[in-house]
Amino acid sequence: MALVFAGVCSHAPGITNRPERADPQKRERFFAAFERLRLAIEAAKPDALVIVAAEHFANFFMNNMPAFAMGMAEHYDGPIEDEKWLGIPHARVPGNRDLSLRLISRVMQEVDVAYAEEWKLDHGIMVPLRFLTPRWDLPIVPANINCQGPPLTPLHRAYAFGRALRQACDAAPERLALLGTGGISHWPATPNSGKINEAWDREFLARWTENRRDALLSYTDADTYRDGGQGGFEIRTFIAVAGAAEGSAGEIWCYEPIPAFAVGCTVGAMKLA
Amino acid sequence: MSLYYVQKLLYQLNRDPEIRKRFAADPEGVLAGYELTAEELGAIRRPDIGLLYVLGVNGQILMHYAAMCGFEWSAYLEAMREGVRRHGPVRAGLYKLVED
Repeated sequence: MALVFAGVCSHAPGITNRPERADPQKRERFFAAFERLRLAIEAAKPDALVIVAAEHFANFFMNNMPAFAMGMAEHYDGPIEDEKWLGIPHARVPGNRDLSLRLISRVMQEVDVAYAEEWKLDHGIMVPLRFLTPRWDLPIVPANINCQGPPLTPLHRAYAFGRALRQACDAAPERLALLGTGGISHWPATPNSGKINEAWDREFLARWTENRRDALLSYTDADTYRDGGQGGFEIRTFIAVAGAAEGSAGEIWCYEPIPAFAVGCTVGAMKLA
Repeated sequence: MSLYYVQKLLYQLNRDPEIRKRFAADPEGVLAGYELTAEELGAIRRPDIGLLYVLGVNGQILMHYAAMCGFEWSAYLEAMREGVRRHGPVRAGLYKLVED
């Protein structure tokens, strides 16, 4: 039928791995925004959720790294991480192979994507789903963008991927929700873990909410690495959602820099035209 | 330059229980299958998380490998700092230490 919802959120493993280390007030504001996101997705009555995350070597390695990939299976298992380490028990999340096949076929008219009939979920998808579909009852179509191993997927291709996803969703008979997950500035898995560039984040989010394509695509990887750290490369997932919502503006429901979670914790949504 | 194979081995140990089992029973037999320098072999055998960090292992791989080796979060961050103190700056990759 159409894309009925498009939003973004953070996915840092610290959110479920070490919640007790966060400032309680900030944490509760962030978790309340996750609940608002859950309710908004529920209110949009989607038949499935397309979730675009960042590659973390869950399904692919540097011997064969796709710029874009989408899952095409009846179900997905996760997390790949130790369940005690991540704080999320193993679960099987439903998929919809036929829906994936149709979406991928349509996306491939515009952007080359790899498909995967087997796909393991890592924190990039499991952490958001833990809050948004805690009973694992909404079918998903997982997707990912190479934000991890250079050469990285160019930003303008991430935007084009989002635009292609929109066309594919609008051509499907189902009601579909889209969620991009990732960090803005962050330096995860380094001794700088917890460093956050709030000014850079707020500037990026301003560009995202206004959905100014040229401004979103003007970051070079060298700029991002300097100002936003290697975790900042995950802006590609937010940019894909902006591409899917081209012509619409968005709003940020939460931005809380939480060093214990190693990221400026973000929840936002596009007001789809 | 065999950083690629260091990362490949750690990625496989993270992800594949069969290789993990083989590595526990016969580490040298598993290591023989990868092109590794003496320094890399030493870092993997000990294991020296700090040196693996300095060699440039991607954080999304090393984070899970350190957890598998029993490093809790703060100990893992400290092991990376100690690695830089002992072995100098990170030599490759994206996960470099940034000075504030």
